[in-house]
Amino acid sequence: MATLLEMRAITKTFPGVRALDHVNLAVEEGEIHAICGENGAGKSTLMKVLSGVYPHGSYDGEIFYDGQLLQNRSIRDSEHKGIIIIHQELALVPLLSIAENIFVGNEVARRGVIDWPLAFRKTEGLLRKVGLAEAPGTIVGKLGVGKQQLIEIAKALAKDVRLLILDEPTAALQENDSAKLLDLMLELKAQGVTQIIISHKLNEISRVADRITVIRDGTSVSTLDKAEISEDRIIRDMVGRDMAHRYPDRVSNPGEVLMEVEGWNVWHPEQTDRQVIRNAAFTVRKGEIVGIAGLMGTGRTELAMSIFGRSYGRNVQGTVRMQGRVVDTSTVQKAVAAGISYVTEDRKALGLVLEEPIVRNVTLANLVGVSRRGVLDKRRETTVAEDYRKALAIRTPGVQQKVVNLSGGNQQKVVLAKWLFTDPQVLILDEPTRGIDVGAKFEIYQIMNDLAAQGRGVVMISSEMPELLGMCDRIYVMNEGRILGELSKAEADQEKIMAMIIRDAGKSGPANNGEAA
Amino acid sequence: MAQEKGIGAHLGGHLRENGMLVALVVIVVFFTMVLRFGLDKPVDFLQPLNITNIFLQNGHVIILALGMLLVIVSGHIDLSVGSVAAFTGAVAAWMTVSLGLPFWLVIPLTLMVGGLIGAIQGYWVAYWRIPSFIVTLAGMMVFRGATMWMLGGQNIGPFPKAFQGLSSGFIPDLTGIGKPHGLTLILIAVAIAAQLWIGWRARARDAEFGMAQEPMGVFIGRNAVVAAAIAFVGWQLASFRGLPNVMVVLVVLTVFYAFFTENTVTGRRIYALGGNEKAAKLSGIRTDRLVFLCFVNMGVLAALAGMIVTARLNSATPKAGVGFELDAIASVFIGGASMTGGSGRIVGVVIGALIMGVMNMGMSMLSIGSDYQQMIKGLVLLVAVIFDVYNKNK
Repeated sequence: MATLLEMRAITKTFPGVRALDHVNLAVEEGEIHAICGENGAGKSTLMKVLSGVYPHGSYDGEIFYDGQLLQNRSIRDSEHKGIIIIHQELALVPLLSIAENIFVGNEVARRGVIDWPLAFRKTEGLLRKVGLAEAPGTIVGKLGVGKQQLIEIAKALAKDVRLLILDEPTAALQENDSAKLLDLMLELKAQGVTQIIISHKLNEISRVADRITVIRDGTSVSTLDKAEISEDRIIRDMVGRDMAHRYPDRVSNPGEVLMEVEGWNVWHPEQTDRQVIRNAAFTVRKGEIVGIAGLMGTGRTELAMSIFGRSYGRNVQGTVRMQGRVVDTSTVQKAVAAGISYVTEDRKALGLVLEEPIVRNVTLANLVGVSRRGVLDKRRETTVAEDYRKALAIRTPGVQQKVVNLSGGNQQKVVLAKWLFTDPQVLILDEPTRGIDVGAKFEIYQIMNDLAAQGRGVVMISSEMPELLGMCDRIYVMNEGRILGELSKAEADQEKIMAMIIRDAGKSGPANNGEAA
Repeated sequence: MAQEKGIGAHLGGHLRENGMLVALVVIVVFFTMVLRFGLDKPVDFLQPLNITNIFLQNGHVIILALGMLLVIVSGHIDLSVGSVAAFTGAVAAWMTVSLGLPFWLVIPLTLMVGGLIGAIQGYWVAYWRIPSFIVTLAGMMVFRGATMWMLGGQNIGPFPKAFQGLSSGFIPDLTGIGKPHGLTLILIAVAIAAQLWIGWRARARDAEFGMAQEPMGVFIGRNAVVAAAIAFVGWQLASFRGLPNVMVVLVVLTVFYAFFTENTVTGRRIYALGGNEKAAKLSGIRTDRLVFLCFVNMGVLAALAGMIVTARLNSATPKAGVGFELDAIASVFIGGASMTGGSGRIVGVVIGALIMGVMNMGMSMLSIGSDYQQMIKGLVLLVAVIFDVYNKNK
């Protein structure tokens, strides 16, 4: 097989930071090549160099593509050569149709007039290729993330792609959509499309990748062949040390019941006849970590947010008891006063004021705690933030640093600090390790264990089953707005959880929500 | 440590903060020079009368801009303030002239009317989520019409001395020195002392928390310039007729809002709301109520500005307040506020308003036509915002 792409000694510096330091990468024609590395290791920067986001001249080193020196001045340049990147954040226009999206910037037109019949016919062909049964005129915003991802790929195919780069394509997908996407990748490979996939999910990588390049701290550490691929080896290369335990040890010692939710019912905020949560009930004990498992879109976030000050849904019914007493959680203030905190799954959009410094984010939910008669005590505020910076090991020069400049893991710690400062009895953590690298994940787990050890109750919502199994004392399994049952640590495993969900899905017939897979 | 490099790097990093202050100084120096050396008959730009007039003629803009900053920080806009100022001015005139109410009753009543107008507009914006642009655009038309209806197409005036004093009066000289104005000098001295003390305390606090510090040279230089400017303005005012009443109002309001935005829980929450409304809401902040209150506050300040303008013109006219909203909004953006909300400082806004005021006066003294004046002011706004965006992207 010939080498399609060779990147030699790529070095890219930003003011004060060397993001890439002599990185080498060789991709064979027709293979699927995976790139792994912790967040901030330089994977995305490397792909931006390749795709022309950083033009030739703004980096050191050489790129050979198809035997020729590549000197991209822009993304357009690289797209002409068949190098197409699909970013983590999908770049589709939600209000336009599938066909319009696929040909945006690449319109099928003669003298500026678009030939819609032809565009629609071509779209149909492309959709068939990616296995998506939707009409070309469908508005993209009405489709789920999984389908949107497929449209992105169809869009790439429309541009005669030779080298397709997928940056964390399954990050937002639920399991069966991910599987579908990986199948499609293998199919494209059979058709001769060379692919680069960036992913955190090691099981996916070992499924599709022919070779893996591991990047750590801006340098390429190793390139492994399929035979050498093992999760332990990859993790060792990624973090630079053996990760004997992916989850920190904990002596579990649950105490009395802290929080009880009963008869919880929630309806969709707009579609008033659609019930999102049905008669849910669960308990959390002191010093316990309780997991909530379930597919994406099954109502886990909706359950948590509706409990936390009715931040989701309408016609919320049910009771919440804290230490046996019924509490009012109808507003966020009341929920916080009752001792409940909710750490959102979407920390950038819902958790942080990105343009403000760490200190202001940490105290935001409890400004009263750093003020006297409405006037802020900035000395105390800074001390509080400094204390959390040290306690949670937030890596930053100081608490005056803007949150937007922090890595995902450190941002998550800031959100955690914000809620810890309200001194909650129960913390509901929604996907607490999403988009966080392996090392920082471990630290978040450690913090969760510490919280449990302090006698707080922790509820962990996660789509990654291994982490639920590794962390939780008990796991509730949810499907389509109902809690199906609970499994203790001893009895829980991945197969049992999936079996519960699948048996339930079979029972209730076709899913009645719009997110049907 | 290499002090030179420290200063350069620091100024580079804080270009925006000090940039507007520098721009104001440059503009003042420019007009002073041109008026002294560029004309056949030299004019002293910084003569006491002019300095007094800058504050008298632009007081309403500064007052509106203070309220507008809060509205813009919260992520909204208020286009109605000019019309509201005109309407409340007319209300005040009607109460004073037609009803014969005393000024100490007229002022609070008018402020309440302004607050009520702000509340009505804020209600739709905050609780019904109608875009503020639409609501206040409607308000702009409605209250312009209401002003004309109220005045019946005529002017109401003149006013009793007491009411006029709101805008054209000066503080009494309690020291009895007379010339220069003793109380003015005392107040100016107190102001300089306060400025230096607050600056020094903030610096000490930064040092304690290990924050990035201003190099000593910059700190001294900046404070010396500001202190000298205050001293000069104070001396000029004292040698004329002393501090205008309007200026006392301005200083009190500026200090109050600066403190409010930077040191109070409510102020902090407004910034968080503008920075990320959803995150603020999930942090237990009642965002809708805060937006509502920002508009109420804007209405009250619009009423105050309306009364000051009406008192200065000594009559309420249907045409009063036209374009005030744009002056106020321009001041806020020249002063460095973000268009998307969440950032902007009171000090910047006041400097922004002064830049506009100084340019207005300087260009008028150079007999530049209002055609060119408009164009130049527009370009200054554009350049200031471009400078901002450029700085952020750098």
